[in-house]
Amino acid sequence: MTTKSVLAASAAFCVIAQAGLAADKTEFQFWHAMGGALGERVDQMSADFNAASDTCQVNAVYKGNYTENMTAAIAAFRAGEQPHVVQVFEVGTATMMAAEDNGAIYPVYQLMADAGIEFDPSAYLPAVISYYTDTAGNLLSLPFNSSTPVLWYNKTALEAAGAEVPTTWDDVEDAARKLKEAGVEKPFSFGWQSWSNIENFSAWHNIPLGTEENGFAGLGTEFTFNNEAVVNHIQRIADMGKEGLFGYGGRRGDSRAQFVNGETALWINSSAYYGGFKKDITEFEFGQTMLPLDTAVADAPQNSIIGGATLWVLRGHEQPEYTCVAQFFDYISGAEQQADWHQNTGYVPITTAAWELSKEQGFYDTDPMTDVAIKQLSLNQPTPASKGLRFGNFVQVRDVINEELEAVWSGDKTAQEALDAAVERGNALLRKFEDSNS
Amino acid sequence: MQKRVVFRSRLLPYLLVAPQIAVTLIFFFWPSYQALESSFFLEDAFGFSREWAGLRNYNELFSDPGYLKSFRTTLIFGFSVAFLAMVISLGLAVAANRVIRAATAYRTLLIWPYAVAPALAGVIWYFLMNPSLGIVAYWLKATGVDWNHYVNGDQALFLVIVAAAWKQVSYNFLFFLAGLQSIPKSLIEAAAIDRAGPMRRFWSITFPLLTPTTFFLLVVNLVYAFFDTFALIHATTEGGPADATSILVFRVYNTGFIGQDYGGSAAQSVILMALVIGMTFIQFRYVERKVNY
Amino acid sequence: MVENRPILTFLTHAVLILGVTFLCFPVWMALVASTHGPEALARAPIPLWFGDRAWTNYTQLISAGLPEAGGVPIGRMMFNSFIMAMVITIGKIAISLISAYAIVYFRFPFRMGFFWMIFVTLMLPVEVRILPTFDVVTKLGMLNSYAGLTIPLIASATATFLFRQFFLTVPDELVEAARIDRAGPIRFFFDILLPMSRTNIAALFIILFIYGWNQYLWPLLVTTEEDLYTVVMGIQRMVNSGEALPVWHYIMGTAVLAMIPPVIVVVAMQKLFVKGLVDSEK
Repeated sequence: MTTKSVLAASAAFCVIAQAGLAADKTEFQFWHAMGGALGERVDQMSADFNAASDTCQVNAVYKGNYTENMTAAIAAFRAGEQPHVVQVFEVGTATMMAAEDNGAIYPVYQLMADAGIEFDPSAYLPAVISYYTDTAGNLLSLPFNSSTPVLWYNKTALEAAGAEVPTTWDDVEDAARKLKEAGVEKPFSFGWQSWSNIENFSAWHNIPLGTEENGFAGLGTEFTFNNEAVVNHIQRIADMGKEGLFGYGGRRGDSRAQFVNGETALWINSSAYYGGFKKDITEFEFGQTMLPLDTAVADAPQNSIIGGATLWVLRGHEQPEYTCVAQFFDYISGAEQQADWHQNTGYVPITTAAWELSKEQGFYDTDPMTDVAIKQLSLNQPTPASKGLRFGNFVQVRDVINEELEAVWSGDKTAQEALDAAVERGNALLRKFEDSNS
Repeated sequence: MQKRVVFRSRLLPYLLVAPQIAVTLIFFFWPSYQALESSFFLEDAFGFSREWAGLRNYNELFSDPGYLKSFRTTLIFGFSVAFLAMVISLGLAVAANRVIRAATAYRTLLIWPYAVAPALAGVIWYFLMNPSLGIVAYWLKATGVDWNHYVNGDQALFLVIVAAAWKQVSYNFLFFLAGLQSIPKSLIEAAAIDRAGPMRRFWSITFPLLTPTTFFLLVVNLVYAFFDTFALIHATTEGGPADATSILVFRVYNTGFIGQDYGGSAAQSVILMALVIGMTFIQFRYVERKVNY
Repeated sequence: MVENRPILTFLTHAVLILGVTFLCFPVWMALVASTHGPEALARAPIPLWFGDRAWTNYTQLISAGLPEAGGVPIGRMMFNSFIMAMVITIGKIAISLISAYAIVYFRFPFRMGFFWMIFVTLMLPVEVRILPTFDVVTKLGMLNSYAGLTIPLIASATATFLFRQFFLTVPDELVEAARIDRAGPIRFFFDILLPMSRTNIAALFIILFIYGWNQYLWPLLVTTEEDLYTVVMGIQRMVNSGEALPVWHYIMGTAVLAMIPPVIVVVAMQKLFVKGLVDSEK
């Protein structure tokens, strides 16, 4: 630990010296964005690692939601106060990769090699890892928590309304109508709208979101998600809203409460709500199923893309500390840790070994449908339109999309107007990113 | 106004102003200069590259409908907060000025919200108006209002206006009360003898005499709503939905820290600082006048 | 009272009671919510009367903190808030007192220049120039320290103006008397001016304490270590917990705890508070 020296402006100011908690261990900082039940698991994982290691100590700190965590780390990096490890969500990947070119990032494959720890990227699931490798196939950050949107449903409410679990978007509308008649206030909703209803809708129907292989092939990429299929899809949801079948509940996971308290019976969001739902939902039976298909666009689904986050290592610290980081990474990607994480949270297992272990342990028998996410991800060999996204400034682009979609839900704009505007504003952000990173 | 009699010392006055000036230079002028400088550059998130961009950041701002909308939002927000907080507090002050029994109790119960942080005021109202479980939202729904501030931008703006005004009522109340108490009783009594009713007395005598207080409070309330409500918005709506509650100070932060657009944020800072300094001078003319009489 | 009409008196009390209700109701609800468990707050309508979880909730908050928000005990955060508020308050008063003293009681080159330099910062809140200020504090290595938390907020045009105005009303005869006694500027300041400013200082103290306690954005940015979190910013961590359900009973409990110290200060020192407010006019 460091003793912070302080500007000697006045005698009145305290200087605080922090004594290390465990002075004989090498410590490193790990900033994450896992609140709630997930945060407890991360703390548990860290505590287990600390107990198991004689030489290393990880200090896990919760820094707010994904956006806050990432921006705090970047601000800290500019300040030279960066943590060793930071959890960054998938849309921040392009920004972090650009930083890698400038030497701010310690790529994971190199970290492991330098620490002398054997590391085999092929042990990871292809659908997960393809999002985070550079052009040469080197893994830059360690997949930690990956999920994919699924359709959560309130089984009890569906049965009461006499509706089936939907598999297509037409089914969703029908079921929502029946639910509404049965007194469900806002039958359908979703969270992380850009991710669940634009990015994954596109991948699921094998439609590119932008040019240049969704940005993988170059910085010159441009958005194309104002195409007919996406526009029709958004317009359908808007129309459902007018009919009272859809009730918007805010950005990120804000609408989660609606599903938990029964106001909403069909909810599209990350598979990682499983752990929380198991704890919070006591009054009805819930289940998850694959994303609905828009039969007017495709005959069969392609595959969905992941969300969630990876761990990036920031440079600027001492080598022994990085050796500890490598050991920590090795520890958390072990099959047992991963299987445990997967089964408790609903995130997909990121290594084949963890998936196999979960099968062996009979998890999918006791907790049916928890493999929906992983099946959805590995449904088909990923195509350029479905292997992931790599757009610069995508954090802001998501905000733009949020704003424009909110204008649709409130009836201020049509789907076409909003998506045209989102593409235009998004492209401006892409150009700005291209200009400041070339 | 100046002192006729002063002390003489070569060094001492400089030593005395030094701390204040040092802090001001380091934490006001240096950052302000930096804002001015970076507003002409394009920077990446990690601060590796820095490219001269001329007026690009400014041009982009003024061609961004979102930024122009923020101006409008800020004005609507500011004037609504000022109006709401002042009307409520004037009513309360007039009532409190009449009351004899329990006057102290009333005053105590009316002034404490001043101490509540804007962030907390926001969070509490956010809780009360949460569409799923808020009690106020529940009552609104019972009266037929389709309340959902997650979708409806006007409702979200209304939510932050109410929360911001709620916190400011106490402050205005104290000033209106002080203003009312300084009005000579004889004036009111004279009017009463002329058989002017309470309403007429208020509009023809009391209210005009309160004009200086009202004007002063208007400026203070506007400054409060424009700049001190950042926390309230950040802790609740975060500028949404669809940018409906994104006031200018919030935008500076959002562009810079969340958006990682340093140049754009700096340009906004520069514009805001110019505005603030302008408002300071308006305020100052008022303050100086008061000082001098 | 000019006249005594029962209807008017009734109306007066009605208006006041309505106002008190409007101001107190939100906090009442916060108090009520903080005494329930999560089940009671899962759906509308939520209870309007206290539950039985007050003790459990508050002990959990004060001693252990929230696992949902990183587990920093509220007690620790309140301690930090207190330190921050005190340092800001004392610092502001100290540097404003002496700079106002210099500007009023001395003639020296650049006097008005200094005056204007302080003056333009009158209404320039840190939020307006947040990014570059953060950069500066970073460059000075003051992140994650009480110094970084407080010093940038210490410059205060408001307090300087207040003291300047007050000093201008102090009769010149006192200075002359001091001169006759051969008392220098430093003795005059400590023996005469400071005791005379006692009420002003006390009144200002309340206003500035509230200002310091209620800081939000600055601590949010400057502290990355949990040991330094303050309570007002800490609540944001709970509300925007991202993927987890907001734990309203804890959030409201924290809100209540966070507002207790400044509210007590205002209520207990009402007279001084009113004076401070009216004097500083901002």
